[in-house]
Order: sequence, then C-alpha cells, then structure tokens
Amino acid sequence: MFFSWPFFFEVLIGGLLAGVMYSLVALGFVLIFKASGVFNFAQGGMVLFAALTLVGLIELGVPAALAILLAMAAMVVLAYVVEKAVLRPLVNQPPIILFMATIGITFFIDGFGQTLWGSDVHTLDLGIPNTPLFFGDILVNSFDLVAAAVAGILVTVLAIFFQKTRIGRALRAVADDHQAAMSVGIPLRVIWVIVWSVAGLVALVAGIMWGSKLGVQFSLALIALKALPVLILGGFTSIPGAIIGGLMIGAGEKLAEVFIGPFLAGAIEDWFAYMLAMVVLLFRPQGLFGEKIIERV
Amino acid sequence: MIYREAGQFKTSYAADQAIFPIRLDRIGIAVCLAIAYLAVPAVANDYWLLSILVPFLVFSLAAIGLNILTGYAGQLSLGTGGFMACGAFAAYKLATSFPDLHIIIVFLLSGGVAAAVGVLFGLPSLRIKGFYLAVATLAAQFFLIWMFNKFGWFNNYSPSGVISAPPMHLYGDVYLTGPQSAPVNKYLFLLTFVALMALLAKNLTRCKIGRSWMAIRDMDIAAEIIGIKPLVAKLSAFAVSSFFIGVAGAMWAFVYTGSVEALAFDINRSFQVLFMIIIGGLGSILGSFLGAGFIVLLPIFLNNVPGLIGWHIPVDMIAHLEFMIFGALIIFFLIVEPHGLARLWTLAKEKLRLWPFPY
Repeated sequence: MFFSWPFFFEVLIGGLLAGVMYSLVALGFVLIFKASGVFNFAQGGMVLFAALTLVGLIELGVPAALAILLAMAAMVVLAYVVEKAVLRPLVNQPPIILFMATIGITFFIDGFGQTLWGSDVHTLDLGIPNTPLFFGDILVNSFDLVAAAVAGILVTVLAIFFQKTRIGRALRAVADDHQAAMSVGIPLRVIWVIVWSVAGLVALVAGIMWGSKLGVQFSLALIALKALPVLILGGFTSIPGAIIGGLMIGAGEKLAEVFIGPFLAGAIEDWFAYMLAMVVLLFRPQGLFGEKIIERV
Repeated sequence: MIYREAGQFKTSYAADQAIFPIRLDRIGIAVCLAIAYLAVPAVANDYWLLSILVPFLVFSLAAIGLNILTGYAGQLSLGTGGFMACGAFAAYKLATSFPDLHIIIVFLLSGGVAAAVGVLFGLPSLRIKGFYLAVATLAAQFFLIWMFNKFGWFNNYSPSGVISAPPMHLYGDVYLTGPQSAPVNKYLFLLTFVALMALLAKNLTRCKIGRSWMAIRDMDIAAEIIGIKPLVAKLSAFAVSSFFIGVAGAMWAFVYTGSVEALAFDINRSFQVLFMIIIGGLGSILGSFLGAGFIVLLPIFLNNVPGLIGWHIPVDMIAHLEFMIFGALIIFFLIVEPHGLARLWTLAKEKLRLWPFPY
C-alpha cells in the first residue's frame, strides 16, 4: 500500500512550500492589477530578467550584496521605462489591449535579458542551505523553509508598506478608485512607476528563490503560467488571496500528482492547477478572496 | 470620387444587404481572387507556396475562428492551440480509422469534434468573464495537449509520438498530403477552402446569431434584457469558433507540416493567433487575414534583413533580437493603431469616398 499518513503529510508539506514559491510570483501580478487594472503578463518575464541581471552581475565579479542593489535599480529603471513607453501612450485603452501590450513587454524583456546576458543556464548560489531535514518521519527540504520564511517577510514588509506609509496609502487609494485618487491630488503616473517598481522587486525576490532552486534559465519566464491559476483561485485583487491560493495550488497539485497521477498516466501537474481553479471559479466567479463583482447596465 | 456609393441604386432588399454594396469593392475582391488563383500559382516558387502562403492561409482560418469568439462575442480565449490540436488529432484518428473517407469530410468532421470540445470548455464562460475566463481557457490548452501527449490511443500507439499524416487525395491522383503532393495543389485547395469559410464567417456575423454575439460582447446584461439568451449566444460562439480553429488545426497537421504532434500546438501557438487578431483588428474578418499575413511575414523579414544589409550576427543573438523586435513592434502597433490593420483600411475607404475633397 503506497498510502501512509507520514507520506501524505510529507507530500502535503512539500506542496505547501512549493505553493509559497508560486505565491511569490502571483504577488507581483496582484500588486499591478490592484493599482492599475492591468493584467500584467510580463511578471514572469520580469522574474527572468531580474534573475538574469543578478546572475550576470555576480558573474562579472560584483559582490552579491551590491549586485542585488544594482538588480533592484535595474527593476526600477525597467518600471520607469514601461510606464513611459507603454502605459502612458495606452492610457484609456480597453483592458485587452493593455494585456496584449504586456505580452509584448514579455517578449521584449525575454529577448533583451538574453541578448544582454546570454541564454546559458546559470547557477545562482547565495549560500541558502539545501539539506534535507527530518521532523519525525517527515522529510522537509531546508531550502523550501527558507523560501517560506522569505515569502513571509516579504508579505509582512508589503503589508506594513501598504498600511503605514504615505505612498502605501496613496497606492491603496489608487487601487480603490482612480478618479477619486486623482482628484485628491495623487499623481497617478508616479504611483504607476512605484507600483511597477514594487512588482519588479517582488519579481527579483521570486527570481532569486526560483533561480537558486532551478538555475537561472529561460524556463523561469514560464512559471508565470503557473502563477495564473493561483491568481484566479485567490482573486486578482487580494494579496492574502495570492498567498492562500498559492498554498492551495501547491498542495493540491503535489497531492494530485502523487496520489491521482499514477492512475492517469502521470504528469497531471501540467493542468491540474487550472482545472482546480476552474472548478472553484464555477462556484465563486470572483475567486476565493476577490472583490465581489457588481455589474450595472 | 471614383470610390463611392452615390449613383449605385439598389432595387431590391437583396442588393441592399449584399456583403459588398459598393461596386468597386466587388471588383476589388474579384481582382484579388483572380490574382490569388491565377497569378500567384504562376509566379510563386515552392518555397513561397509552402513556407509562406500555406501557413498564411491556415493561420487566417484559425484567426477567423478566434476572432469570432474574441472579436465578435467578446470572450477572451487562450485555448486556441488546444482546439487546433483537437482538430488535428481528430482528423488523424478519422483518416486512419476510415481510410476511404474524403479529405474534405475528414476536415469538416474534425472541425465538428473540436466544436464539441469547445462547447465543453466554453461552459465556464456562462459564469465567469474577462481575464478570469482567459485563465480558465488555459485549462483547455494544457489539459488537451497533455491528453494528446499521454494517451497512445490518439497517435495509434506510435512509439515516437510524432506521426505523419497519411497521404490523402482530393480526387484521382491529386494528392494533398504525403510525398506525392504538389505545393500548388495544396495552395489552391487551401485557398478555396479558406475563402469559402471566410464567406461563411462573414455571413454568420451579419445574421441574427452574429448580432447576438456582438450584443453579448458590448454589454451582456443589456443583451440579456432585450431577449438574447447568453447560454445560446456564448456557447454557439464557442462552437463556431472551435469549428474554424479545429479545421485550421487539421489543415496545419495534414496540409502544412504533414506531421501530427501535440507540441506544435503549445501555448505559444495560442498567443500567436491572439496577436494576429489584435494586430489585424478585433471583430473584422478582413483583419484576420491582415493579422495572419503580418505575423507570418514578420519573422521571415526579421531573419533576412541583417543578411541583406550586410550585418553578420550570431544565430542565437538573432533569435533573441527577433524576440525583442517582435515585442517592441507589438507594443508599437498597439500604441499607433489599437484597432488594428483593418481599421487603417476602413479609414482609407472613408478618405477615398471624399477624395479629392478633404471633407
């Protein structure tokens, strides 16, 4: 019998920790969607670009701490350029046009990052311990624990930033109502640059964690696709939703792969998350934590 | 002053409702078709026919299909690749199980299979919309590709997973697939098929059902209030769209590449077709053709330009630069003309009507 409770919990915990990594990517989506209503498909590309920049700088001999700072600066510059070159000319266009534009951005920064730093697989080693730990019978990877801790810290910092600072309050005001925010004097364009920068920094953190785990390579851009079901499960507009959605997708996916996969020819990880999200959507069309959609004619 | 409707009197309702009410448009279409049927096969070589015109026609058909769903009915879909794969594998199973079936019937039936699958994956659209729906259609994309990859039944238990389309003939020894097929035959067959399908699509969008799609797109609640059933309108849009896309997938596998493999229909294919309809113009049949032409020609153009002006760039660099330029051009196009190439044509027609006067 291949089912046993310790094994079940091991898979569950492994899945939850993997889910944290999805949440890291999904967070960036939520931030941008809340503040500008743009469905930013480029988040995966930003993760790749951030990680490539960091690795590229480290390989040039820049000390790790300085490289992280420089990569952060690069993400801020990217945010500024995106706002200036893409968002501003496309203001007031329908959402699908902006969505397509972010796919364009994805293509551009994927190509740009790889032109700049090459397309080989780079290893990123920031000294995060990667040793198996045993809690009773349950095997847990220490790297995943670090990732979970990083995600926890990131969410806490973001929460403090949003709740306690002046800029955070402005961001929440913009998320609530663009026009009202503008009419009380909040500069929308500056806010967009800030929010894209914050999403860029989140992408950098995600890039560091994913890059250390899988190596920095083109496939990092594809994890954005894994973050999408997390998003619809949690709701596009909810930060806690992104976290809990990530945990659910991670755990559900791993459990399904291990316990249902063998009966279905395996590799059901590819689509299980989407199916799970779709089923949830049938019952709650705005996701688990999204704002209730009220429509008027 | 040449291009105008003034002076062309309609004496029947049928004439008034014709697709091309202006005489010059009818002449223009006739000239285009004449060029496509007579001049192109005489001039083009095999490279042009096989690598540019055939994929262009296949993509046009897929783009028309997606345009019906996204442009006319307003349901954003990222599952195009999955539905294309559906059509391709249905055609393969039909062609191998019933070798005597005529190729046109195979294509139409495989479109029907894709339509049924499309309706199934269209069901969530009754509850969710917008980007939530787009992500839900990704479920179709990943699930279908996984299914075709994993279950041997779909590729007749071929060990390699890559299977070639069986040779099929239109009539006599005019083969469309397999080693005996002539590129010109493929081209002419596709041209006829796609032209007829485009005519069908154009007429569908002009009749009652097409109007109900547009009403749903513009405001679904208001449409429901004036008596349009969202269930019928949305699911019929999914069915018709998937039918077109399925036939395009079958043509891709049989006529264009000659091999049936699930990997050819991955998520990038879906984005490619989506780009076509955005750049061509949402809610325009002409736009589907223009967008398909643009997206098919652009990479070929980008590949050849550095060689022509004497730059020598390493191959992998070119691939990355191509990505960059492609992305930048997409953004540029969206900024300059968010309504697509079809809109440019509409504007040009307006100008022509008034020419030589400014107003």
